[in-house]
Amino acid sequence: MTLLRDTKLMFIRNMQHTIRTPVFVFVSMFQPLMYLLLFMPLLNGLQGAPGIPAGQAVQVFIPGLLVLQALFGTAFVGFSLIDDIRSGVIERFLVTPVKRPAILLGRVLRDAVVLLLQCILITLVAIPFGLSVNIYGFLLSLLLYALIGITMASISYGFALIYKVEDALAPTLNTITLPISLLSGIILPLALAPLWLQDLSKVNPFSYAVDATRSLFAGNFQSLGILEGFIIIGVLAALVFFWGVRSLKKMAS
Amino acid sequence: MVIQTIGLRKTFVSKGRGGKKEVEAVKGIDLTVRKGEIYGFLGPNGAGKSTTQKMLSTLLCPTGGEAKVLGYDLARQQEQIRQNVGCVSQAGGADLSSTGVENLVLQAQLYGLDTLTAKKYAAEFVERFQMGTFITRPAQTYSGGQKRRLDIALGMIHHPKLLLLDEPTTGLDPQSRAYLWGEIKKLKDVGVTVFLTTQYMDEADKLCDTIAIIDNGKIIVTGTPSELKSSVGGDTIVFSFQTEETARKAETLLTEKVPKGKVQAKNSSVHLTIEDGETMMPDLLRSLDAKSVEAQGVTLSRPSLDDVFLKYTGRSLREDQIK
Ligand SMILES: Nc1ncnc2c1ncn2[C@@H]1O[C@H](COP(=O)(O)OP(=O)(O)OP(=O)(O)O)[C@@H](O)[C@H]1O
Ligand SMILES: [Mg+2]
Repeated sequence: MTLLRDTKLMFIRNMQHTIRTPVFVFVSMFQPLMYLLLFMPLLNGLQGAPGIPAGQAVQVFIPGLLVLQALFGTAFVGFSLIDDIRSGVIERFLVTPVKRPAILLGRVLRDAVVLLLQCILITLVAIPFGLSVNIYGFLLSLLLYALIGITMASISYGFALIYKVEDALAPTLNTITLPISLLSGIILPLALAPLWLQDLSKVNPFSYAVDATRSLFAGNFQSLGILEGFIIIGVLAALVFFWGVRSLKKMAS
Repeated sequence: MVIQTIGLRKTFVSKGRGGKKEVEAVKGIDLTVRKGEIYGFLGPNGAGKSTTQKMLSTLLCPTGGEAKVLGYDLARQQEQIRQNVGCVSQAGGADLSSTGVENLVLQAQLYGLDTLTAKKYAAEFVERFQMGTFITRPAQTYSGGQKRRLDIALGMIHHPKLLLLDEPTTGLDPQSRAYLWGEIKKLKDVGVTVFLTTQYMDEADKLCDTIAIIDNGKIIVTGTPSELKSSVGGDTIVFSFQTEETARKAETLLTEKVPKGKVQAKNSSVHLTIEDGETMMPDLLRSLDAKSVEAQGVTLSRPSLDDVFLKYTGRSLREDQIK
């Protein structure tokens, strides 16, 4: 399959770029670690409030924090694509017979791998804080984070391909990520929210992902929310990925 | 025919303030490029050279007309065209944070070559383009000329049947330019066809078998360099004299001597336009001497492509470049 081969080539090329400047992999972990160290202690004071069972603050918080990382850690990957557009690399790829989806697939898969590495590291750091993880639940959660990362990365690349310049990209991405993260009960559970806010969060696909990963961490596999989360995010990831590929094809028009 | 276009056209529509704006970059051009020739597309800034090259390489979708590239239909057989054409854009397209070798190997792999062959081809081009001293460094450290050599090698790495080069030698020093011309000429021996754009008349003149002059999205004239130049008229000989009076005397004499030529006195010099100026000159000087009309200086100028451009557009290509 040429798509597979081309994707592999593109994945390796992008991974080489990441490995060349590994420090960025860790820089983007700074924010979640700050939340872990400087924000999570606040939650201990809220124990017993709706959605935060006594002694469970870390249990509720870490899965959400990893979703936050999946959203924000990948939201800005579009900037690297703008570099490649500007230097003519993307046009050079487009005049070769390389399969168009492979150009983006190689990138989002690299982004997913980097994200999973970050998620594993954050989880390891959280264990001394009393986090207990169901290992199977955790592995399934990683798959969910990867799907979230692929979704955000595709959105980022899609807009990068439309704008082709940095100025417009950053405000657009911020405008998208902020409501998504506020409306998904990442930092605090939505059980704390007034009803209208809870209702609003139901239209946010990522809130289902947060519910799903909390159930997975707890090893609560019967929860219907898990399947719901996977289906919703999986479909979304596929949709935005193909939207991104369409933007790429449109560049040559 | 390696390239054949009929009425190829590209109109860009850009949405800005004040509604849609249309730019007719290429206004319906007919091209015929034969196998194994070096075809030069000569024109000033904004003429539509890059737009045409991008359409032929499948990067831009034409808004009108038809084209066949290597016998494949441009609208329907893009995959086949991409596989068999090599393309170097005006801006290049090397991946700057990778090394030259990494760039070359990946490029060859993208054309479907296996890793071993890709590495072999890369090594071959490093040798051929004399890139050994810098090719293992990241491309962002290259000088302009070194980067251009890498760009061009990237377009040729898979040994395409047709090579589309957009201003290949812009930014190269005279030595690298001459070397690259040599490399391009060598491609003819192996039956590769080259379509190149250029703003340089000497490049079109010395390198190309056929030249099409493009201005404002339209092809103005097509032909071999010598056809084009002789279409402007013959050589020009300028005789200069001590006084205007002598010049007028010479004008009368020369008009008698060469009735076919165009003779005109200007101040103290006389301009003569004639088919084969070089062979006529000694004879003309002798007959002037015989009547003791002594010329102080003589210059012979052959028509250049700039004269061709001037004739067909009313503007000078050089002036255009300075602006
Ligand atoms: N994407 C675009 N949108 C709108 N107009 C464009 C676009 N690309 C090119 N043009 C316009 O089309 C015309 C032809 O451009 P093109 O790049 O083909 O010229 P060129 O002959 O390659 O010039 P140069 O020698 O400067 O490279 C120019 O007027 C240019 O401004
Ligand atoms: Mg150009």
